[in-house]
Amino acid sequence: MPDLLLDVQGLETTFKTPDGVVHAVNGVSFGLKEGETLGVVGESGCGKTVTMMSVLRLIQSPPGKIVAGKAFFFGQDLLQISNEDIRHVRGAQISMIFQDPMTSLNPVLTIGYQMEEPLILHIGMSQKQARTRAAELLGMVGLPNAKERLNDYPHQFSGGMRQRVMIAMALSCSPQILIADEPTTALDVTIQAQITDLVKRLRDELGMAIIWITHDLGIVAGLAQRVIVMYGGYIIEEAPVRELYANPRHPYTLGLLGSLPRVDEKEHTRLFSIEGQPPVLYQKPEVCPFAPRCKWAIEHCWKENPMLESVAPEHRIACWVDTKTGRAL
Amino acid sequence: MADENNVLLRVENLVMHFPIYRGVIGRQVGAVHAVDGVSFTVKRGETLGLVGESGCGKTTTGRTILRLYKPTAGNIVFDGVDLVKLKGEEMRQMRRKLQMIFQDPYASLNPRMTISDIIGEPLIVYNVANAKEIQERVEHLLEIVKLNPAFANRYPHEFSGGQRQRIGVARALALQPSFIVCDEPISALDVSIQAQVINLLEDLQKQFNLTYLFIAHDLSVVRHISDRVAVMYLGVIAEMASRDEVYKSPLHPYTQALLSAVPIPDPVEDAKRKRTILEGDVPSPVNPPSGCHFRTRCPIAKQICSEQKPEFRELRPDHFVACHFADQFVN
Ligand SMILES: Nc1ncnc2c1ncn2[C@@H]1O[C@H](COP(=O)(O)OP(=O)(O)OP(=O)(O)O)[C@@H](O)[C@H]1O
Ligand SMILES: Nc1ncnc2c1ncn2[C@@H]1O[C@H](COP(=O)(O)OP(=O)(O)OP(=O)(O)O)[C@@H](O)[C@H]1O
Ligand code: SF4
Ligand SMILES: [Mg+2]
Ligand SMILES: [Mg+2]
Repeated sequence: MPDLLLDVQGLETTFKTPDGVVHAVNGVSFGLKEGETLGVVGESGCGKTVTMMSVLRLIQSPPGKIVAGKAFFFGQDLLQISNEDIRHVRGAQISMIFQDPMTSLNPVLTIGYQMEEPLILHIGMSQKQARTRAAELLGMVGLPNAKERLNDYPHQFSGGMRQRVMIAMALSCSPQILIADEPTTALDVTIQAQITDLVKRLRDELGMAIIWITHDLGIVAGLAQRVIVMYGGYIIEEAPVRELYANPRHPYTLGLLGSLPRVDEKEHTRLFSIEGQPPVLYQKPEVCPFAPRCKWAIEHCWKENPMLESVAPEHRIACWVDTKTGRAL
Repeated sequence: MADENNVLLRVENLVMHFPIYRGVIGRQVGAVHAVDGVSFTVKRGETLGLVGESGCGKTTTGRTILRLYKPTAGNIVFDGVDLVKLKGEEMRQMRRKLQMIFQDPYASLNPRMTISDIIGEPLIVYNVANAKEIQERVEHLLEIVKLNPAFANRYPHEFSGGQRQRIGVARALALQPSFIVCDEPISALDVSIQAQVINLLEDLQKQFNLTYLFIAHDLSVVRHISDRVAVMYLGVIAEMASRDEVYKSPLHPYTQALLSAVPIPDPVEDAKRKRTILEGDVPSPVNPPSGCHFRTRCPIAKQICSEQKPEFRELRPDHFVACHFADQFVN
């Protein structure tokens, strides 16, 4: 498909650990269109971060290893290009915001220095131009007294402000794609609302594509146009956002949505709960990875791992069962 | 007000300030106003939800009620007895009835003790059972929290987060308490596991007629589990009422903003909602704003808000609000 900005195919990443090889990502394929916001949801350990870090070649090796896959971006495979080229892509074209801003900000350097460096390095600005641009960016993300604050160190900012700084840094070279890895998980709801509001505004102004990783199905509902649900290193469901919430088809997605209490809950009903817990895969599964927890499982689920297949326009699931009828698809 | 016989816990003007010391001689230079005059009641068998943003004093409130801190001021009347006045052994005996479940299922269990020792420890400490009875009781407790009794001799690291939280629940139940402070018991758990633990807590409440103070920052969870809800902001309670009152007709501008900020897992509903986005951060509890603590972020604040502390008023039956201008929201 030529209209895809990013086209990831068959990505597989493993980690060598003392307990064995962990199959973290097991053949993940997805596309991202220009200007689109893609939500990636799933529970802890399902492979969200590793998928995106693999695409950007940020997986430490060893213990990590990208075993298979392609990731096309403007005609080149990010998994094949030189180290220097991928560094440039990361610096100027695809930026990533990490869950904990303190791990990606250097505590002993001023915010100004950390913001100016990539502008000088990747765009070739002068020190003075970079300074002006950095102040502009901080203003853009709504930080008061942007200019003075350039001389401050990360610890002088609150959690919400640091996350704004991270967003400003990520936007500094006007990337085509912004990958945000749970950027609001550690923040209070009122601050979270400030940040998601900011991101929506910037997206509309700048027109960049966004990949938003989260375990919060509420945030994704208000932010994304399309959603990918991951489980055990696989994409198990993919659909446009309204379709996904109106017609979830995979038993895991159904379970997740059913297990959420809602702030607009009409009456008290017992929460649906998925028994058991998410797997750590020491072997690439030959059966459906969700089968041990699945209420819908049929015999075939224990024989073969389902592939992602279309069930409606733009709606794909990896499941042998039609949850609408309870029978095999 | 509530029928006195029905009230299990009454907290009156509770204040908990943590002193801040500086310099070589350790002079006190100030205090963290973690809890700054909080009053509420919890009825027998009900769940009072305590919500609010990080640092607003929820955990401190819970811990002070259990007398893990000595309160700066105020009364904590539990089953007719003022806990603040109790000394040594009296308090120790009383504590059997008040237990706590903690947020972090990884940090709250001793990694070197077996599950059986962890759950049985309170029974030994209070010397209420012999070895054989303890073993039976532990097995029974494991069944109650739906863990396999065969796991009794394993160590915490062999369990998942959700299972560890169950172990914490079993330990809290060991002495057959009547009141449990649940401090963010599910925040550290995966979404699909959260529902398991919530359902378990609800079942246990019915089974043993437990009373909960349920602390959380997740407003959706609090709505689901609570009978009544108190909303805290910077050491004070901004609003308190039945669950439906708080969620359907909030009277405090903070509650209104907080509720509007919670995302709804439904794109159609979410798009329909009106958002009030609060500006700035919660101020430091070392120097809380004068008058109303919320005034620096409040969309409707006026002069008086910086001059006078708003009274905690009953604007509708059993619906309390601390805001000078909340009357306009009563319809
Ligand atoms: N450096 C590593 N060494 C070993 N295993 C790893 C490493 N990094 C990730 N993994 C494993 O890969 C799997 C996927 O992890 P990943 O971080 O992608 O999950 P995630 O979906 O981002 O979860 P979370 O919501 O907790 O961030 C997990 O089982 C994890 O334990
Ligand atoms: N032992 C202590 N000594 C000094 N300050 C403390 C102590 N415990 C808590 N505080 C401070 O008191 C304030 C209230 O803290 P508390 O832990 O009660 O908040 P909380 O509402 O439980 O927040 P969270 O949602 O982050 O758990 C915070 O500013 C905190 O830093
Ligand atoms: S008292 Fe004033 S500042 Fe406080 S919430 Fe009400 S209007 Fe806002
Ligand atoms: Mg992650
Ligand atoms: Mg707390």
